[in-house]
Amino acid sequence: MANVHLPSTLGPLFPGLPRHLDVQAATVHQVIDHLEREWPGIRDRLCEPGPTLRSHIHVYVNRERAKLDTPVAEQSRVDVIAAISGG
Amino acid sequence: MPRTLLLIGTRKGAFFLESDDRKTWELRGPFCEGWPVYHLIHDAKSGAVYAAAASEWHGQAVWRSQDLGETWTHSSEGIAYDADAGRKISKVSTLAVSDGRLLVGVEAPGVFESRDEGHTWSLLSTLAGQPGSEQWDDPSNQPPGHLGISALMFDRENADRFWAIVQGVGLFETTDYAQSWTPRNRGLRADWPREHEEVGFCVHKLVRSSADGDRMYQQNHVGMHRSDDAGQTWTEITEGLPTEFGFAAATHPHDRDTFYVIPLDPGHGRTMPDGHAAVWRTRDAGSSWQRLDSGLPQRDAYVGVLREAMAVDAEDAPGLYFGTSTGQVFASKDEGDTWTQIADYLPPISSVEVAAIE
Repeated sequence: MANVHLPSTLGPLFPGLPRHLDVQAATVHQVIDHLEREWPGIRDRLCEPGPTLRSHIHVYVNRERAKLDTPVAEQSRVDVIAAISGG
Repeated sequence: MPRTLLLIGTRKGAFFLESDDRKTWELRGPFCEGWPVYHLIHDAKSGAVYAAAASEWHGQAVWRSQDLGETWTHSSEGIAYDADAGRKISKVSTLAVSDGRLLVGVEAPGVFESRDEGHTWSLLSTLAGQPGSEQWDDPSNQPPGHLGISALMFDRENADRFWAIVQGVGLFETTDYAQSWTPRNRGLRADWPREHEEVGFCVHKLVRSSADGDRMYQQNHVGMHRSDDAGQTWTEITEGLPTEFGFAAATHPHDRDTFYVIPLDPGHGRTMPDGHAAVWRTRDAGSSWQRLDSGLPQRDAYVGVLREAMAVDAEDAPGLYFGTSTGQVFASKDEGDTWTQIADYLPPISSVEVAAIE
């Protein structure tokens, strides 16, 4: 299963959401589908209609910048990052 | 006397100021996880508090607390344009609630409604077809600060009737719950070319007298205006004010002729003139104005006050409140004659609303 790392900014929005969890998924999109089933509403915090990833949400699969259709393999590491920006 | 609750929306979350006597205030917060809060309202009927907030990272949502801030939930389910519509929502700007109908105004301009206390939403109207609407979807035509629908105001008697301000375009009224709209800008001034006769006006803030529903006032980009026919026609009442520009405005809850504004420098600084803080009051519907500055900073106070950042309560001796771009909250218990600072060091303040909690 893919090991998913989530940003600290999501935790306060979804009670019980861990920072790290293992997810069975074949793409980044499916990772987010899994999260949405467990924590309804989280998709809207990560994606815009389309869907596409929000502009300040960056996803990396095995440390390579990813999109929603990027494949995810067994043992992949998926990092979801709230971009370092703002003030 | 009921407990007074001030709901403060800021660039970094929401705060509450509470008082039993309007003298001693207790601050609670921050709420909403530090998201920029554009508008924060209290529904007297249900007791719920709603916050329109938009995170640059996580998008826009309406937050809801049904226990006066102890716990919060949030939802944007349904607050979206179709992906193929060519329009995107950058923020949720303003809220209004009446008779179980909760509305949120968004940018790009549109109004969404919830009938289940903010759990789910659906598109009510984009004011499509109204004069000017062919322009406001184009991002290059958005004014700085682009709020889209910058304000919504329900009629107190009829929940099918409400007014909407499209930022930089003007005021619109619907009497059939957004099935049709009518521009309500007749008599307003605009110091720039306009393509349409009935729109192209920059309405900053609309308020309506609690004592007389036909009496409205508005702070416009160019001038203060009064209506005696619920917005059908407007008369300018700027003369006597130090500038024609400002955002915040409030009506007296018991006197239709008393009205408050906070004039600002009309350049892009948009702070109180000469660094001298003051609220201005008319008691004769705009024929004359009095400067009210007792207790406010008298020098080096370059503070601004945004469109939703002044409120008035409904006590017999009404209290007035305003929040500044530099994080202070000021209050008056004597109709604006004297002021006291009741909070400081908050983030820049976007909105101030007041609720009476029994």
